[in-house]
Amino acid sequence: MSAPAPTALRVGVDLVHVGEVAAAVECFGDRYVTRIYTDHEISCCRRDGVAGSGPAYAMESLAARFAAKEAVLKVLRPVDVQPAWRSIELHRMAGGWCEIRLSGPAAALADEAGVDGFAVSVSHEATLAAAVVIGWSAPPDRGEG
Amino acid sequence: MTVDETIRQVLVEHGRLAVPVESLADDTDLFGAGMTSHASVNVMLALEDAFDLEFPEKMLKKSTFESIGAIRSAVTEMTDG
Repeated sequence: MSAPAPTALRVGVDLVHVGEVAAAVECFGDRYVTRIYTDHEISCCRRDGVAGSGPAYAMESLAARFAAKEAVLKVLRPVDVQPAWRSIELHRMAGGWCEIRLSGPAAALADEAGVDGFAVSVSHEATLAAAVVIGWSAPPDRGEG
Repeated sequence: MTVDETIRQVLVEHGRLAVPVESLADDTDLFGAGMTSHASVNVMLALEDAFDLEFPEKMLKKSTFESIGAIRSAVTEMTDG
């Protein structure tokens, strides 16, 4: 009896200073936000409140999403053109956990790299946000059974 | 202000480099000099403002922003094109 074929794993991790994200939002406003984050991510990070009562976005949540995108890139290892930031999404599920969803060039890059799926964990506190992403490739089908 | 002076000013304001911009040669690796991926996004947006252009997706790669010389080549390609 042979051992099962190992699943190939790739790991990416990234840290982002929340203050850097806040400074970018202050400097470039919605142009920064819409260039980097998907509509779903923006809706997750937008603060509901009275206009003028504070920042429009939860900066630590934006920072966590940027960290997740960068961690995904470390898994995908692009060698030439980097896929658009918006083609990598940290998708918050109804239950509160998050998944990685790719589209367009990022999805194509994952296909080329043979990465079949991702697991992600993000965390943040007042000044730092972090993300760890694991990409895996399913073992080849040996045609047994 | 020349193209190089503008690029260096953008790097001072947005590059978050670990070394003084004046110490950078044309081909110094900016990521090696401390620029993070997030800072490179800010540099990109600030360059767009400074030169009134928009980087196309094909130029959104690390090599476009890896040195002052590389940035100058990209900016020149877009403004001359």
